[in-house]
Amino acid sequence: MGTTASQLGKDMLSEYQELTFLTKQEILLAHKRFTELLTKDEKDLPNNRVPMERILTLPELKSNPFRKRICNVFSTSEYKDGGLTFEDFLDLLSAFSDSATLEIKSHYAFRIFDFDDDGTLDCGDLEKLVNCLTGETDDTRLTPEEMRQLINNILEESDIDKDGTVNLSEFQHVISRSPDFVSSFKIVL
Amino acid sequence: MAMLIATWKHCVYVFSTGLEDEVDTFQEEHERERHRGKRRDGERAKKKKRGNGEGRKRASRAGREEEKLQARREKKGRRKKSSSDQEAEGREGDEADQPTTKSSKAAKTRKNVKNEKTRKVEKEEKEDEADDEERNRKRKKKHGSNKKEENVEDGNTVKEKAGEVKKKKHKKVVETSSEKETSEEEDNEEEDSEEKEVRPETLTPEELEMLKEAVDERKKLIQGLRGKPWAMKKKLVTLRESQEFVDKYEGALGKGKGRKLYAYKVMMTKKWMKFKRDFENFKTACIPWEMKIKEIESHFGSSVASYFIFLRWMYGINMILFCLTFGLVMVPEALMGRPYGTIPRKTVPRAEAPSAMDFAVLWDFGGYAQYSVLFYGYYNNQRAIGWLKFRMPLSYFLVGVGTVAYSYMVVIRTMARNANESGVGDDNSFNFSWKMFTSWDYLIGNPETADNKFASITTIFKEAILEEQESRKDDNIHLTRFLRVLANFLVLCCLAGSGYLIYFVVRRSQKFALDGLENHTWWERNEVNMVMSLLGMFCPMLFDVISALENYHPRVALQWQLGRIFALFLGNLYTFIIALMDEINLKREEENIVKFNITTWEASHYNISASENSTSPPVTIQPADVPRGPCWETMVGQEFVRLIISDTMTTYITLLIGDFLRAVLVRFLNYCWCWDLEAGFPSYSEFDVSGNVLGLIFNQGMIWMGAFYAPCLPALNLLRLHVSMYLQCWAVMCCNVPQERVFKASGSNNFYMAMLLVILFLSTLPAIYTIVTIPPSFDCGPFSGKKRMFDVIQETLESDFPAWFSKVFSSASNPGLVLPFILLMVLAIYYLQSTSKSYKEANVDLKKKLQTQNEENKKKNKLAALKAQMDLEEARKAASPSAEHQKNNNASPDQEADEEEDRGRSQRMYHSKNGRSPPPHRHYGQLPATRAPVPRNYPHGNQGSAGYLPSFPRENEARMHRVPSLQRH
Repeated sequence: MGTTASQLGKDMLSEYQELTFLTKQEILLAHKRFTELLTKDEKDLPNNRVPMERILTLPELKSNPFRKRICNVFSTSEYKDGGLTFEDFLDLLSAFSDSATLEIKSHYAFRIFDFDDDGTLDCGDLEKLVNCLTGETDDTRLTPEEMRQLINNILEESDIDKDGTVNLSEFQHVISRSPDFVSSFKIVL
Repeated sequence: MAMLIATWKHCVYVFSTGLEDEVDTFQEEHERERHRGKRRDGERAKKKKRGNGEGRKRASRAGREEEKLQARREKKGRRKKSSSDQEAEGREGDEADQPTTKSSKAAKTRKNVKNEKTRKVEKEEKEDEADDEERNRKRKKKHGSNKKEENVEDGNTVKEKAGEVKKKKHKKVVETSSEKETSEEEDNEEEDSEEKEVRPETLTPEELEMLKEAVDERKKLIQGLRGKPWAMKKKLVTLRESQEFVDKYEGALGKGKGRKLYAYKVMMTKKWMKFKRDFENFKTACIPWEMKIKEIESHFGSSVASYFIFLRWMYGINMILFCLTFGLVMVPEALMGRPYGTIPRKTVPRAEAPSAMDFAVLWDFGGYAQYSVLFYGYYNNQRAIGWLKFRMPLSYFLVGVGTVAYSYMVVIRTMARNANESGVGDDNSFNFSWKMFTSWDYLIGNPETADNKFASITTIFKEAILEEQESRKDDNIHLTRFLRVLANFLVLCCLAGSGYLIYFVVRRSQKFALDGLENHTWWERNEVNMVMSLLGMFCPMLFDVISALENYHPRVALQWQLGRIFALFLGNLYTFIIALMDEINLKREEENIVKFNITTWEASHYNISASENSTSPPVTIQPADVPRGPCWETMVGQEFVRLIISDTMTTYITLLIGDFLRAVLVRFLNYCWCWDLEAGFPSYSEFDVSGNVLGLIFNQGMIWMGAFYAPCLPALNLLRLHVSMYLQCWAVMCCNVPQERVFKASGSNNFYMAMLLVILFLSTLPAIYTIVTIPPSFDCGPFSGKKRMFDVIQETLESDFPAWFSKVFSSASNPGLVLPFILLMVLAIYYLQSTSKSYKEANVDLKKKLQTQNEENKKKNKLAALKAQMDLEEARKAASPSAEHQKNNNASPDQEADEEEDRGRSQRMYHSKNGRSPPPHRHYGQLPATRAPVPRNYPHGNQGSAGYLPSFPRENEARMHRVPSLQRH
């Protein structure tokens, strides 16, 4: 991994194009933005990992309520600290790109919503999700009663096998019918 | 390089030994490879145990290692060559020793290859589902994060294993070299494998076939790789491996001549792929304003951006329309038609000449602008113009038709695509889930927008809950109803009033026009357009106020509002058209008079000239002096152009005053004002998506309506859209705040499209009506002298096509053929509609089926679990006599175990009480009898706990045998 766009090798570039839904320009832009996040001495090291805090300063992620989850899901770090390498970053952008398929988008959406990483969306996950969506302030928060009602309704609809949780296939089933998931599950640099 | 040379030499050598031997040699080698592979695999397994981390590192190290190895190999090249030759000789010796086992071995090898391949495929698929499996497993047994950790590692090992199998099979250089501690021996093996790889001629057809399959498979894998939710590193490794494999083996496919061709083909496909990718990149780079829109998208969410995307789409359509009219009508006429001033219709009349260049006149599209290619009247009715023999009137007509046809096609196609994309999006079965899972707009990058979004999501949730709780809240329904009726009545009044106003204004302007425009003020001259624009500006506000009466849900209210504005615009437009029609009729009467006058004028003129000098050449009259008709077509064109101009101006001025000036005032007066202007009353304006979209749609409708009579309209519109793109982008970014009511874009997309379609239909209606029913002016335009405009088609058919064609055409257009054809089309439409309906029904049925099946499955699972439990109990029961027996024997019975047993039983009892099919009690009594021998297997052997323990294995065994049979139920 080079430090400037020109140092992103031609082979790598074509491989990245093959492996992501991004175009050449988008990859180059991503690389530029990513190297901007690196500190000076980090720039010389290959394969460096940008800590989550610095990734979250990107304006595209700054106001996203799921920003930490996004970092954690796409991070390949062994320490589970949500740090991203350039390749993880590309993965992120690819999944959130315009041309990514519904399948991959819904897969990652599921993992983002699965707060405790246990492979299903249970009541705890759904509650956290609702809290993320309604913001941190108190006046927008739902009351416990409303929360319970909402979660019950959601489980009623999408928990097809009635095991009290929403699993990946149920989630994808729900998402695939949604008219505007693909258009809103996008992050563009 | 040395390696390659060595292999080639080897190949040549083998070739000379004969085909038969060659095949066998290869198979022999194959067999050996397999053994080695196994050995290696074992080693690998050992290594794997050392830890996953190392495995990962190994993979990443692969590249570097490979390079190193390459160097090493080069060094050893010479030695290897000789050794490989020796090996080959040795192998031949082997073959001679075992000629009988050859064939069987060969068959086995092939089978092995195949097996391995299928295994590989499975593995790959498994890999795909590894994550899912992992999740499922986890779902069943919810453990702590420890378990999770384990599972992840599990997944990794599966993946790694798959990779290994793959690698083993293909003898990847990467693979082998990735092991750091490669011994000398292994190096040798690697060389062997290399040899095998570069010897494609030795493959049998079946193997070739298989290889081809494998290569295709790999290619498919590469193609689908980007759609896999893997980490990049893994994708990269897989890609490289697959690529390498494909590169290596692709050349091996095909023999002799075919091989070259194949290689060529492969090369070309590669080039083609690269070209395609570059082209895609180029295409995306060519999409205009992409960055601008994305910036807006990130600030204001997708709904505001959807307006700009719609604007861009409009721009594209207008670009095509412009190209059509400009390239096929305006340019040919300007270049090849008679130049300005040669004939009356192309000359400014003498009376108007002095003021023809005045700006005021030009601004009204009179004077020189009126007598130019911009308007219908300028075009000559000469059948073919220029050295190209360009059929001008025909082209004019066809472009007019083509414009409309193309617009219809594009709109309908887009609608269909949108409908496809949204799929069956109109069912409300996942109302809550969608709100939950898809309501966040990930594009939002602006904290303020995010806050608004949070608020709106909260209200959406609360509303949904409320709606769910009390689906019908009917407090004082009579008042609501009354208010709604009242509101609609008021709106209707508004609409009627605005319609009358426009009619009145248009009639008055006709009077002014008859008086002569020069005698009136600017307002009186531009009254119509101004009134229309002002109505378009203020009526929606009025509607907004009125709709507050109705107390509708915001979404419903928005739709009502849109519908009302739509009705207003439409009413205005149609009043305008009706007034225009009146004017057309007036002009036609005038035309008749002029026509009569002209004949007398001509006669008198002729008489004068004849009386002056009968032998003189025909008198040359200045074309400017020739009296001419009013040319209603140009008048219509002019009206539309003026309308567009004034509409554009109003839009821009509103933008500047309403948005920019307001923003400036709010921003700078805020320092010296008694209340907070930014947060309080005037605040900054929001971007009104629906209003802007409607404006755009109506503008387009006017273009469609007027384009036939004013070919310059698409060009003007293009200019307008271009400017408004930049202007509005700027205005949005600099002086608007994100909407409070952030609504989704794509949901309403087709709504807009439907409106566009309606407008298109309604705007082509009058245009078609005038074309079909009103005869064209006698002295201007491309169709002058014809009875109807569409006569140009018949004329072309008669004179430009061979006789048989017109015959065919006329016979094809007779009612006897047309009617059945229409009937057929209607039938087809009916058929398609009914099939689509039945598909929908089938869909619903399937959905129901799925639900019931799910429920049934659930029941079955429960039942199965219950039965399994019963079996478990049986087994325990069967085992317990022995335990008890032992207990009796033993003086110190294991109290703890007994207690445990009791607890288990009570639990079991509880379960059986809860279960739907309580286990028959008799079973307990019977089974021990049938299973009597079981305890005997562990006869009064060991004492105490040791004696008790065997029951656990037994129990497990019983379960293991029983469960499968249960699942079959």
